[in-house]
Amino acid sequence: MGSLKLLPIVMILGICSHIGLAQAPTYGLGRTPNAEEIRAWDISISPTGKELPPGRGTAKEGEQLFRQKGCAGCHGATGIGARAPALVKGGPPAEPGKAPPAGMEGMHMVPDTGIMALRSPYAVTIWDYINRGMPLNREGTLKPDEVYALTAFLLYKNEVIKEDEIMDAQTLPKVSMPNRNGFANLPEWKHRAPRLAGYP
Amino acid sequence: MKEKPMDSKKSNRRGFLRGGAAAAGLAAGVVQSVKGQVPVSPWREKGTNKEVIAYGERSRFVTSVRSPVAERDSPDAFGLMFHVLSPLQDSVGSITPSSLHYVATHRGSYVPEIDPKEHRLMIHGMVDRPLIFTLDELKRLPYVTRVHFLECIGNRSKPTHKTVQETHGMTSCSEWTGVLLSVLLKEAGVQSGASWIVAEGAEEIKGASSIPLGKAMDDCLVCYGQNGEPVRPQQGFPLRLIVPGFEGIYQTKYLRRIKVVDRYYMTYNDYGHINPDPKVSALGNQIGPKSVITYPSGGQKLSGPGFYEISGLAWSGAGAIRKVEVSTDGGKSWKDAELRTPAYPMAHTRFGFHWKWDGKECELQSRCTDELGTVQPTRAEAAKYFNKPLDSNFRVPGADNTVQPWRVASDGSVHNGLA
Repeated sequence: MGSLKLLPIVMILGICSHIGLAQAPTYGLGRTPNAEEIRAWDISISPTGKELPPGRGTAKEGEQLFRQKGCAGCHGATGIGARAPALVKGGPPAEPGKAPPAGMEGMHMVPDTGIMALRSPYAVTIWDYINRGMPLNREGTLKPDEVYALTAFLLYKNEVIKEDEIMDAQTLPKVSMPNRNGFANLPEWKHRAPRLAGYP
Repeated sequence: MKEKPMDSKKSNRRGFLRGGAAAAGLAAGVVQSVKGQVPVSPWREKGTNKEVIAYGERSRFVTSVRSPVAERDSPDAFGLMFHVLSPLQDSVGSITPSSLHYVATHRGSYVPEIDPKEHRLMIHGMVDRPLIFTLDELKRLPYVTRVHFLECIGNRSKPTHKTVQETHGMTSCSEWTGVLLSVLLKEAGVQSGASWIVAEGAEEIKGASSIPLGKAMDDCLVCYGQNGEPVRPQQGFPLRLIVPGFEGIYQTKYLRRIKVVDRYYMTYNDYGHINPDPKVSALGNQIGPKSVITYPSGGQKLSGPGFYEISGLAWSGAGAIRKVEVSTDGGKSWKDAELRTPAYPMAHTRFGFHWKWDGKECELQSRCTDELGTVQPTRAEAAKYFNKPLDSNFRVPGADNTVQPWRVASDGSVHNGLA
């Protein structure tokens, strides 16, 4: 918080505007959104869950919603074996060495290993995706309680949480995901640097 | 651009080219009579004249089209567009016509109809001044125009693929016009502690990707222009984020929001791209140096022995293409090809190579070197690096940028060398 320490000096010298110069806008175009506009647009959810809205849901509620909201129509009554991607484990094991279809590498289309509730390192990712991307053609219509309940249902069906666990803004980020430590660190990007030093 | 001044060497090559082409024409018996140069008919398509004057169309004799990937139809059972391949075998130069630009969507998508007057871009999160821009305001800001390729990470050659459209059709190149993202981020004032941005589209799924802040400040573009006109709807009208050299998924269409954050946000787009193996992980995000011969390529046929100009494309996510080499003997020996278009950073660069086919079976390959000196690997080199057996099952980890072999049979037919 170096800038806060500097504040009194800045005020004494009366050069607030000069200190701010480096960060001042150059072109002065665009307008400042109000808090309500930002809240309405900002659907990003951090892995920490800090943007998660109030609300709650359980797997039992989610099971009902899975039918009511039409999820079962595309994903199958049990969440597997229909024309949309499988959401619940129980499919054929992934065949080692067998290439997934183009563009689907490591994706949700791959049996079991690609199921979101098993693959994602954070439960929050499931909440975020249901919230922004489901149901097909009615995206963005689910209420927070419904998203919590559907997330709980998928986590329960994949044996990640217990049936009676309540999912909310506090509990969801703390869910211990089976693949939490299953990924390598992200590569650090550097300007004009090769992807992987030493790779032929 | 750094183009070599004309020298005697170059004029000699031109002389060779003229002579060679004329000889090839005579040999193939394609020199047209005067009668053959008369148009088939005057352009008199009833009812279309006004439209043709307003907006030009290509000749009805030009039939090159895109096609869906074999693995999933577009439109699919839900009416969603998935991955659509660009016909590289017919391409010339380095710019892909916007109508033939490849299309890829993460889960399948509809093309949204967005009124540019209503569209907004919001920049918020860890910034001093959150900002909302209209398209008109963005167009008032200083702009840049740059040529950049895009490529889907799923763009990989398989033995079942017949044509270069199938093996490499998920890459295209456009001239993009827009505002540097760094300009917008500076206007908003990025706060200390920020390390990533999340870019998000306005389409039904609101696709979002996490991008390193360093890359965002380096060369990312908020584009409203593509190839001299507004960005096409299939490419993100009215605004698309271009993240030069990065996988296609980062090139956020219908850009509506950029949130400056302090961590990787692990969005749906992101989580599919992370990998347990640090080496495979490193081969994601930025596209490696890659090239492919587009003529002659799989499915095409040479009409007989004689002169041919081998033509192809080279690109790298790390910078400009410095060198392209061609082998006509299956990789045993290599000769330098000529770069035929300016070698812009992170852009398709067209190469050409004079070749006299002797009518015998042979294998054509190309490999490129980018400005960092990184050389496009062969499948054998990739397999060796990863300690895997080299057979038809070997799947190059990460984004596949390995050398593509084309086998020319003695009858002139061209086939995928991986088959």
